[in-house]
Amino acid sequence: MLSFSWGDWFIVFLHFMAVSLMAVGGAVTVIPEMHRHLVNQNGWITEEQFSASIAIAQSAPGPNILVIAMMGWHIGINSAVGLYAQYLWGTIGMVLAMIGVMLPSSLLTYSTAKWVQANQHSAYVLAFKQGLAPIVIGAILATSWIISASNSQFSTDWALWLCTGITVLLIWKTKIHILLLLLVGTILGALGWI
Amino acid sequence: MKQHPQSKTEIFWAFTWLALQGFGGVLPVAQRELVEKKRWYSKEEFLEEWAVAQVLPGPNVINLAIIFGARYFGLSGALVAIAGMLVFPMLALIVIAILYLNLGEYPMINGAIRGMGAVAAGLIAGTSLKLASALKKHPLGYWPSIALAALCFVLVALIRIPLVYVLLTLGLFSIYLTYRRVKSC
Repeated sequence: MLSFSWGDWFIVFLHFMAVSLMAVGGAVTVIPEMHRHLVNQNGWITEEQFSASIAIAQSAPGPNILVIAMMGWHIGINSAVGLYAQYLWGTIGMVLAMIGVMLPSSLLTYSTAKWVQANQHSAYVLAFKQGLAPIVIGAILATSWIISASNSQFSTDWALWLCTGITVLLIWKTKIHILLLLLVGTILGALGWI
Repeated sequence: MKQHPQSKTEIFWAFTWLALQGFGGVLPVAQRELVEKKRWYSKEEFLEEWAVAQVLPGPNVINLAIIFGARYFGLSGALVAIAGMLVFPMLALIVIAILYLNLGEYPMINGAIRGMGAVAAGLIAGTSLKLASALKKHPLGYWPSIALAALCFVLVALIRIPLVYVLLTLGLFSIYLTYRRVKSC
């Protein structure tokens, strides 16, 4: 167990605020930095808890940034004794982590959004948005690739890659329901077939 | 035909609903719901707003929610959209985290998460390919913009250059090319 004072929580909060502005491209990009800071430098959460944070956030619905909420949850759990105290502090840690990681970037996004909206017909804004469109398509595809490559090796996990490939075709070319695809993948995985 | 959200309540529930369907990433569901079902965005608009959401720091879908909410209802619209994206998913997450704390790890659960992850990765890639058809209306033309997209993919996915640097080089280059084209017409 960690002995955690309010001052320690404040440092944790500041760290999540700093991470917020580093997260260009989303939550995935700050995972290595979070690992260095939370596990290696401060020992606030264990290696197992770090992996579990990623796995739980992936299996839960909602934005990927919830992985940060899970890290806050684990810090809270480590700072408390007794099941109900752990639930309470886990939830407090979760909320603190999310407020910290969202506040700076959200303020920046809100002010940028207002500015972009006010100047939507200027050639600069038009070129900015349209010029980035192809880059963003490449970046989204790259996110998918990086997730696949970090979860598996192509030579041993070819069935997993096949499953991903079929999903790509179905979502691209048909109107099949997204939840149905996820359900099939989950069942195949639970049965150990992929 | 393009539609508009009628109220903040409608935004809240729309974002709640799409967040709760978003296993392993909300982008594919956001594209489905906001473009194909609700028709609050055309494919081109969605791509442009997503571009702004992605280049700013912070979680992309939350940024998109802020931009969307702010456009129709200002600050309170942005807050309502964020709340929709997070309130129910966080409650669900607490339940799942408590289950995980008590049940521990079973091989079956790990397998299920693995299978779901493979599908989620496919959903993201498929959405990217679907959005690529919006490049047909791009000022630079279809094939030049596809080439830029492919180059970005190679740099980020295969050479593993952090996105920030790609945005500062290739991104600015692409904006510059587009600016010249937009200005000349």
